[in-house]
Amino acid sequence: MTTLNTQGDPILLEMRSITKEFPGVKALSNVSLRVMAGEIHAICGENGAGKSTLMKVLSGVYPYGSYTGDIVYQAETQQFKDIRASEAAGIVIIHQELALIPELSIMENIFLGNEPTKWGVIDWAEARKRSLDLLARVGLRDDPDTPIKEIGVGKQQLVEIAKALNKSVKLLILDEPTAALNESDSQHLLDLIRGLKGRGITSIMISHKLNEIEQIADEITIIRDGKSIETLNVKRDGVDEDRIIKGMVGRTLESRFPDHEPKIGEVFFEVKDWTVGHPQIQDRLICKGSNFYVRRGEIVGFAGLMGAGRTELARSLFGHSYGRFIKGQVYKDGKPVQLRSVRAAIDAGLGYVTEDRKSLGLNLLDDIKTTTVAANLRGISKHSVVDARKEFSVAEEYRKSLRTKTPSVEEGVAKLSGGNQQKVVLAKWMFTDPDLLILDEPTRGIDVGAKYEIYGIIQRLANQGKGVIVISSELPELLGLSDRIYTIFEGAITGVLDKNEATQESLMKLMTSARKTA
Amino acid sequence: MNALKKLFGGNSRQFGMIFALVALIVFFQIFTEGRTLTPGNVINLFNGNAYILILAIGMVLVIIAGHIDLSVGSVAAFVGVSVALAIRDWGIPWYMGVLFGLALGALIGAWQGFWTAYVGIPAFIVTLAGMLLFRGFNQFVGKSNTIPVPEDFQFIGSGYLPEIGPNTGYNNATLLLGVLAAAFVVIMSLRRRAANKALGADVPEMWVDTTKLVLICAAILYATYLFATGRPGTSFPVPGLILAVLVLIYGFIADKTVLGRHVYAVGGNRHAAELSGVQSKKVNFMVMMNMSILAGLAGMIFVGRSTASGPFDGVGWELDAIAAVFIGGAAVTGGVGTVIGSIVGGLVMAVLNNGLQLLGVGADLTQIIKGLVLLAAVAFDVYNKSQGKRSITGMLLKNFQRNNNELKPDETTQTKEVISREA
Repeated sequence: MTTLNTQGDPILLEMRSITKEFPGVKALSNVSLRVMAGEIHAICGENGAGKSTLMKVLSGVYPYGSYTGDIVYQAETQQFKDIRASEAAGIVIIHQELALIPELSIMENIFLGNEPTKWGVIDWAEARKRSLDLLARVGLRDDPDTPIKEIGVGKQQLVEIAKALNKSVKLLILDEPTAALNESDSQHLLDLIRGLKGRGITSIMISHKLNEIEQIADEITIIRDGKSIETLNVKRDGVDEDRIIKGMVGRTLESRFPDHEPKIGEVFFEVKDWTVGHPQIQDRLICKGSNFYVRRGEIVGFAGLMGAGRTELARSLFGHSYGRFIKGQVYKDGKPVQLRSVRAAIDAGLGYVTEDRKSLGLNLLDDIKTTTVAANLRGISKHSVVDARKEFSVAEEYRKSLRTKTPSVEEGVAKLSGGNQQKVVLAKWMFTDPDLLILDEPTRGIDVGAKYEIYGIIQRLANQGKGVIVISSELPELLGLSDRIYTIFEGAITGVLDKNEATQESLMKLMTSARKTA
Repeated sequence: MNALKKLFGGNSRQFGMIFALVALIVFFQIFTEGRTLTPGNVINLFNGNAYILILAIGMVLVIIAGHIDLSVGSVAAFVGVSVALAIRDWGIPWYMGVLFGLALGALIGAWQGFWTAYVGIPAFIVTLAGMLLFRGFNQFVGKSNTIPVPEDFQFIGSGYLPEIGPNTGYNNATLLLGVLAAAFVVIMSLRRRAANKALGADVPEMWVDTTKLVLICAAILYATYLFATGRPGTSFPVPGLILAVLVLIYGFIADKTVLGRHVYAVGGNRHAAELSGVQSKKVNFMVMMNMSILAGLAGMIFVGRSTASGPFDGVGWELDAIAAVFIGGAAVTGGVGTVIGSIVGGLVMAVLNNGLQLLGVGADLTQIIKGLVLLAAVAFDVYNKSQGKRSITGMLLKNFQRNNNELKPDETTQTKEVISREA
């Protein structure tokens, strides 16, 4: 069944020169991955490097034919046309967002889509017997009849694994399995994965927590910019966190930045002891006493891994539009200000460009001119009646100054490319004339040329004396753009580096550990 | 055909609906041997449907905001009976009765708006409860009896424009109104054209605008002629006048005011609207409250027309209003729809109803046909959307119309081009 490699270890999976393109973007280019039977194989890379895409190719989410390259699994070339096909072959993927139904019980979730039946009727006695056995294997002692919503995230993750075991899994793929877990739950999960290895189950694990990878993985494949860079053997190569980081960020700077001479003034915006709770989960904090400031004309970067709490911090500042406000104070020009609603935040001179353009930033039914004025209708109306001429000329002005590519400002925003959509969103906020503009992943889903233009716009705003906060997962972008960079890890600000002392390595270190630096 | 499309604006449901409306009228005019376009029948058509069209105005705003209101029939009936009782038992004059009815509508609307907007219960549930509640209230306060209203109150439901000026053989007030309406349409259209031209926006070719204006004016003047030549004592009906005023007001609100923008924004993408500083709860509260006020008005007009309030007034009205709105181009998911489109949608249903009646088709078959028309109208639109064609955007209705654009794959900016431009 299985082939052997040169060292004599059996190869379970080999992905050869996988290339996957989306319209306008090459997500994966010639990626290769080789996984030995019975090992724990970690995949590392920055956000957007292509890790999840690769796993989606493997598990049939992107069916055979939508990518090029070969998947050889158990010595046979596979052509998975959907998830069911890959599951039938014993490949099970557990996504970052758990795919459990909160209202159903543990047992019902384990057997969902895979119910044991007798004459077409679900055999609950059999299901119960099997689920008790599965739960014992993952070390979960709860009653199988407990609804999923009543158990914690850590236990839910175990239920996902039990569900995978029920499908007689041979290759288990875990996408950020510990992202939402606390320390002890994470440890339990890692022990379990190690235990499964002892029973011959191979795992592929995607994780940003490098200490966990170092601790558990046998081999590590590093992916950067959609290409597989190297595969490290943890024991043989003596891999540590620094070595992984070097692999992840060791690219030459590809994106270019317009020249910019910062004109930095005095501190005008300051946040003190900003503490915010999770919107649903009691006792969980998403911002832990954050302190930071922004100076006039300054571009301040916020670095952190996905889920570190950057967006949550920004949105909670922007009119308490996310989370439960607990305490903290915002000062503008030295005076305390209250930003209890989005309206109040806009009136106080804040603007927030969301990372999720399509679902939070735009009304895709609108045209360009309607969108441009959406956050400042007062600016184009008199006695609450919209002045269509003024609206048109405002939109036209921004179209010209931002070089938005469109036949007319009456074109629908849904028809624009990502870069041009982002320009329209920027225009919307520029028209509110903010003092502080928070840009959350301003170049996500935008091609290189448009990125360059967006950087230029950001620098122009700073030169006008506005403060700009840039949140980004792309370190080269932050390094190229920011005058100062804060790092966030698990909701807390872990450090701040000046432009000249920040490097990808130093940032990555602060972004992946709770070590507090002065 | 191409010229026609240019005239009515591409492949749109509104084009389809106006076309269908004209075709229906012509069809029935032929098959009823001229009984459709007679003064008496047209006046009757307006009188008998004005209250549904008024409901459609409120309903389209509710649906644009992403909700639905099932309670309008019951609210109309409850307001109707309350006003009838207030006039009879408290002896208040008719105009105080109207004010009382509007206030009661506002109160009911505030109740429904509170649950929908501030408690967050889906409007479907809130108004389903309202449907039962206010039907119950109607029968409770009216003791399931018929309560007559005095003649002066009946004016708002069955009155006509008065005879004024010299005897011309026509109703002068109606003639004046018709000429004013035509002049209004011409002036507005020319002003808009001039304004767009000054801004450098797209302006349709001259012949398109001219032909459109000629057609619209001809329709208005022909309708004027019909209304002005009814049997003595009849002319343009008061409910029609109320409707016309409301269409103007609400068309203006929806298209030209900050509030209108907010309604579309909340329905189109609530989160994006909130992050732009729109107070979505307030908007939701307002549209729900407004709907009940209009339902109250519709109820009073109906009571005025039928000279009495009864326990089964307004049964099924919500469905007629909702059908009108969807035939008129609104989307179930919110964010899309127009006041004028809903009126056209309502007229399609009304003409269909009326024509089938004139042909002597039974109520059973009429319902079957109406059901199929609703389904076909929406299916036509869904099909068009799935073909990637522009769904709704009539040049004719452009200024009342919101764009509904399809998602398209990204076009990429050429890197080299950009950088060379910068340099």
